[in-house]
Amino acid sequence: MQLKSRHLLGLDGVSREEIGAIMDTAFSFKKVLKRPIPKVPTLRGKTIVNLFYEASTRTRFSFELAEKRLSADTLNFSTSSSSVLKGETLKDTIRNIEAMKIDFVVMRHGASGAPHFLARCIDASVVNAGDGIHEHPTQALLDMMTIQERLGKIKGLQVVIVGDILHSRVARSNIFGLKTLGACVGVCGPATLIPREVESLGVTVYPHIEDALAEADVLNVLRIQLERQKGGLLPSTREYRQLFGITRQRLEQTNRKVTILHPGPINRGVEIDTDVADGPFSVILDQVTNGVAVRMSVLYLLAGGKGKFEGEGNE
Amino acid sequence: MKIKAELMDSHGLNRTLQRLTHEILERNQGTGELVIVGIRNRGDVLAGRIQRSIQKLEGVRVPIGILDITLYRDDFQRLAESPVVQETDIDFDITDRKVILVDDVLYTGRTIRAALDALMDLGRPASIQLAVLVDRGHRELPVKADYVGKNVPTAQGEEVQVKLQEVDGEEKVIVIVP
Repeated sequence: MQLKSRHLLGLDGVSREEIGAIMDTAFSFKKVLKRPIPKVPTLRGKTIVNLFYEASTRTRFSFELAEKRLSADTLNFSTSSSSVLKGETLKDTIRNIEAMKIDFVVMRHGASGAPHFLARCIDASVVNAGDGIHEHPTQALLDMMTIQERLGKIKGLQVVIVGDILHSRVARSNIFGLKTLGACVGVCGPATLIPREVESLGVTVYPHIEDALAEADVLNVLRIQLERQKGGLLPSTREYRQLFGITRQRLEQTNRKVTILHPGPINRGVEIDTDVADGPFSVILDQVTNGVAVRMSVLYLLAGGKGKFEGEGNE
Repeated sequence: MKIKAELMDSHGLNRTLQRLTHEILERNQGTGELVIVGIRNRGDVLAGRIQRSIQKLEGVRVPIGILDITLYRDDFQRLAESPVVQETDIDFDITDRKVILVDDVLYTGRTIRAALDALMDLGRPASIQLAVLVDRGHRELPVKADYVGKNVPTAQGEEVQVKLQEVDGEEKVIVIVP
């Protein structure tokens, strides 16, 4: 199996077959992770740089663990302890890293398009670990894997993404991926935080959470990103909770089994209540487990294809 | 590609597997601690047949597992694309068990090297014994089978194909020349 691109920059333009291959491979890796020795030698000798220009715990740990489970060598670069503080430009940083002969760069950056810029500059494969308000493809892949695992399918499901859609790279990647796999996608949130053109992506807009809950099989509840709320688009977190918060009461009123996802970290009592986040319909911790498997799968599939031999041979 | 020789038909394949089963039981003095692990794709089918014939002879259902060695291959860097990863499905602990590792064709020995490493990551077996349907020679690693269905001298360019009903819809073992 070969992915068309040697980078994973987003899910926009990634085919159903490719997403299927990534998920199938991820399920195999999930079994590896459950073994007494949860490690395979496949990427021995490969070097991966984790280039994180934005704060991240879960995603960076998840990538790092995935890399180590595949036996790759990893380097971590975070802006708080690096040459960026000394004024180095992104291009200079990239050229220096390239000179160290590395195979992969996993990049998170606050600017949309930064990994695309990187991919044009270097020979290594680039994996986007979240760029600005653009895409976060591995998060969407692990979300879809978790839905597939829980409900046995994705095609035909009604998946509603709730929260700040405007600033959410998770929402964008999920919309692209889920539409490709044939799900019906909706978004729900304050009108100020819904992009105006979102319906052109084939997405239904739900102004009220009750309407979303009445139709959704899956809710993907986004974190209210306080750091991206400087423009006054949201009056207060308290008002947000009243209008869009996922509470047990709201769930009970629907009387339907709605699977609840959340990319983390959770603001308990804001976008989701504790008894929902820890309740029987929540798959939030499955998402974290699946994240490692999905990232192993992506790295594995991108790592192939450097050789010249066709096919798998006799032995 | 043309067929140079047919080494076994379905009857011959059956008889050979029967003999291998008897040899396995004889060498291990029964089924105590025995488990069977087949290497995808086809070793797992052969492993299933050996399990069934052990059950017929001894009335014991020996645990069986499927091993996928893709992640342990030594030629990953040289392939044109990432090979498809399938699941390893061994739902019992192999520690202190006698593992009968089953594959269809033994050739360079590289698959077996990968399989041994993969097994070691699952536990510490008491022993591992190798059973193959065909040994075609040309080893590149010091690997030797404990149970051999048929020794077949081949040229390096030739290919030995084992066709099984479950995978290929027919039953035979053939040698193909390019």
